[in-house]
Amino acid sequence: MFDTMDQIFVLLQHWLVGFLPAGWQPLAGVLLGVVAIVAVFPALFALTVLLERKGLGRMQNRLGPNRVGPYGLLQPIADAIKSLTKEDIVPLSADAAVHFLAPVLLVVAVFLGFAVLPMGRNMVLVDMDAGLLFFYAIGASTELSVFMAGWSSRNKYSLLGAMRAVAQMISYEVPLLLSSVAVVMITGSLSLTKIVAAQNQYTHGFPHWYIFTPWGFAGFVMYAIAATAETNRSPFDLPEGESELVAGYFTEYSGFKFALFFLGEYLAMFSISGLGTTLFLGGWSAPFSFLGWIPSWIWFFGKLMLSIFVFIWLRGTLPRLRQDQLMNFAWKFVLPLTMLNLFVAALWRFLGEGWERWVFCSAILVVVYVAMGLIGMRRGHFGPRRYRYAE
Amino acid sequence: MLGEGILKGLAETAKNFAGSYFSAERLTTVEYPEQRIAPIEATRDFPFLVFDAENRDGGGPEWEAGLRCVACQICEKECPPKCIYIEKSKDKKLDYLGKAQYYPARFDIDISVCMSCQICVEVCPFEAIKMDTEFELSTTDRFGGLLLDREQLAKPNEYYHKIHPTEAAKVDAHLAGEKAKADAKVKAAADAAAAKAAADAAAKAATAGGEA
Repeated sequence: MFDTMDQIFVLLQHWLVGFLPAGWQPLAGVLLGVVAIVAVFPALFALTVLLERKGLGRMQNRLGPNRVGPYGLLQPIADAIKSLTKEDIVPLSADAAVHFLAPVLLVVAVFLGFAVLPMGRNMVLVDMDAGLLFFYAIGASTELSVFMAGWSSRNKYSLLGAMRAVAQMISYEVPLLLSSVAVVMITGSLSLTKIVAAQNQYTHGFPHWYIFTPWGFAGFVMYAIAATAETNRSPFDLPEGESELVAGYFTEYSGFKFALFFLGEYLAMFSISGLGTTLFLGGWSAPFSFLGWIPSWIWFFGKLMLSIFVFIWLRGTLPRLRQDQLMNFAWKFVLPLTMLNLFVAALWRFLGEGWERWVFCSAILVVVYVAMGLIGMRRGHFGPRRYRYAE
Repeated sequence: MLGEGILKGLAETAKNFAGSYFSAERLTTVEYPEQRIAPIEATRDFPFLVFDAENRDGGGPEWEAGLRCVACQICEKECPPKCIYIEKSKDKKLDYLGKAQYYPARFDIDISVCMSCQICVEVCPFEAIKMDTEFELSTTDRFGGLLLDREQLAKPNEYYHKIHPTEAAKVDAHLAGEKAKADAKVKAAADAAAAKAAADAAAKAATAGGEA
């Protein structure tokens, strides 16, 4: 019974593919997986947008959307119909071809990232040996489509937004990669399925998730910071900066192309949360060994939605950073700490089993974090802004 | 310590998030079409014309006959965005003081232009134009639908009492005073006339007696 529930989608795929001649089966299997991903994540997107609007409302002591259907549940459908029926405006001086390609490329690139994510036991579309590398390579190409959008619109706000986006995404790509390199160092593999398998073990009922190690926790926090910046979410939403740049790089987009950008942003959030889950939160493994009877895909999507909730929570809490704060933070704080984290991970590996490695690794990280924070605060890199002339 | 503020902020929003489900006083939203809050007394948006229910001089329906407006056109001239259009009547009819006055043959206010400044109310010497509180004026016809004519603008004094009770009571007292003054004047004039007539009659009688 458990195995059936756990493997239900895999069994379904095999059963459906079984109707075809043997030669067609591999192709059909892959296509089915693609269809499932392309169907599930946009549905999740619709749900998330509603949850985000409701959640943000509650954080600001508002009700949030509650007009369309019971509790506003049909709001995503109304939004979809609206964006489909709106006029698709292309500015006269825009580069029409690039303007059209940018949102399409963005969504395609983001969708490709889902191919290597293990969403449950045996539920991975392409089990690549270098899955992590593939994910980051594909993820980096979203910057291209963002810049395409900003450049082809021929609008100062679009271009400003695109320039900010490129600067930000390239800056935070470095800590994002380096924080996951620690995981690769410990696991010894770039394959995401192997990374999950390494975490899917239990001692006294507790899992071996990497977040429960000093280097893993530090890596996860820095991964989360970099991921937030990478997906242009608040407080790193400078590329959109709706109070400064209208809508940033997609100012000149309307109708369904706008919806595609919106979709792309949320899909990027899902895929980067999925990767974070896989790297640090044990992927599809249960948090306690006695909860192992719950299907693996429920754990994966549960953890995914939890990460999304944290994204929303952060958005409801933090104001937007300034461009110089953003860059200072990336290059002077997060990057050195990720470098240190690599060293700590290596130390963890070579100190062997025992309590010493827990003490040493935690001590190094905490001391450096506190010291860097204090120095940074004193020099004014972080903390409240001091005004030299206007007091 | 670095990051402390972020944690404090997160705790604050979490408190809001959870609290909004448990304590109703956190949610200050009034769900408008279903729930409404009574407008405060000083609320104002667009002007309306006051008419008195007791029918005055002239024919026509109650609202037309009872209009206080005498088409003096002061409000039309004073209106900063020029949203009032008045056409004066050819004939006159008696107002509440019993004085023959013109009346507006046409009185239009374009509420798409009106800026709710209340200057028309301030300048009106006849207490004929006042500010309304009705705000649900949306229409599918943005030109004709937002150009209100006499009939749409005319509202009874009772309505004025309902929306601005204090102000309306003051206005009524003022009008009653005017009326009393006018009545006293009329009475004084009548008395004087009567006295004069009596004196004339007495004088006449005296002359007649002398002749006799």
